[in-house]
Amino acid sequence: MSDLERRLRFALAPVEPPMALTDRFERTLTELTDAAVEELADTELRAMRDPRNWARPAAAVLVGGVAGGTLLVVQARQRRRRPRGLRGLERRVRETAGSAIKAVRR
Amino acid sequence: MRRGSGGEHYAPGVEARPSKPLLDEEFSDLYRSHLRDVYSYAYYRVGNHHDAEDITEQTFLQAYRHFERAKRESDGRPLRPWLIRIAHNLAANHYRDRSRRPQTNLEDATRLSAVHTTEDVVEGREELAAILDGVAALPDDRRDALIMRFALDMDNREIARALGRSEGATKVLLHRAIRQLEGSLEAGDGHE
Repeated sequence: MSDLERRLRFALAPVEPPMALTDRFERTLTELTDAAVEELADTELRAMRDPRNWARPAAAVLVGGVAGGTLLVVQARQRRRRPRGLRGLERRVRETAGSAIKAVRR
Repeated sequence: MRRGSGGEHYAPGVEARPSKPLLDEEFSDLYRSHLRDVYSYAYYRVGNHHDAEDITEQTFLQAYRHFERAKRESDGRPLRPWLIRIAHNLAANHYRDRSRRPQTNLEDATRLSAVHTTEDVVEGREELAAILDGVAALPDDRRDALIMRFALDMDNREIARALGRSEGATKVLLHRAIRQLEGSLEAGDGHE
């Protein structure tokens, strides 16, 4: 280290911050962290008070409703395609008999 | 201090982000570890305690807002250069906003008595004042590099990160700053 560097280190000695600054900033920091915790807790509630945030839940309800309705329609169609009464019985007998004949031929 | 290396320190979440209380605790540690560095840098930059306090406070408030991201992006490297960079930018804005230059002369007496013993001050007062004046008269980047090296004891890599330069460029910057200061002290420019 040169002589000038030694003198520079001496001249530019670290400066201790005033206690008032330390106290003030620690108070500010405490206030900030407390505020952050409160804000986090209130976020959900505040979000639902704002009508602009209703779009997403409303869309979810709509999509769920449409999906449920579609499922009902599909099930109803499937039920309608299945023959009932004597015609249904005849068809089921034919199918069973056909399977039995195939099994015997094998 | 808990450094957050273990999974138990993190709140359950999609990306395992550090929990808020842990971040606050880590920030408090950062603040306590580097308050003197930031204050010293700010003081030697602006030359008076009032503005140095203001810049120090603003530096830590800004650091608090961006702490989580800085930690994530630091990849385990020390955060001191990041803090000093914030202080550096705030000090630059301070001058730009108020069209000021450093005022090192104004509080020399206070500073000398605050950081040196009475005997030192009596023996080397003129020399100290000459050096401080010489540092204050340097171009901004050279002055900042000297403050970081000699007041904060930062190495070339840290100074490079704080100034946004390469390590090679920082080494050259420091060399030129010392040579320029040496020249001005020999010529008697530093102290009137």
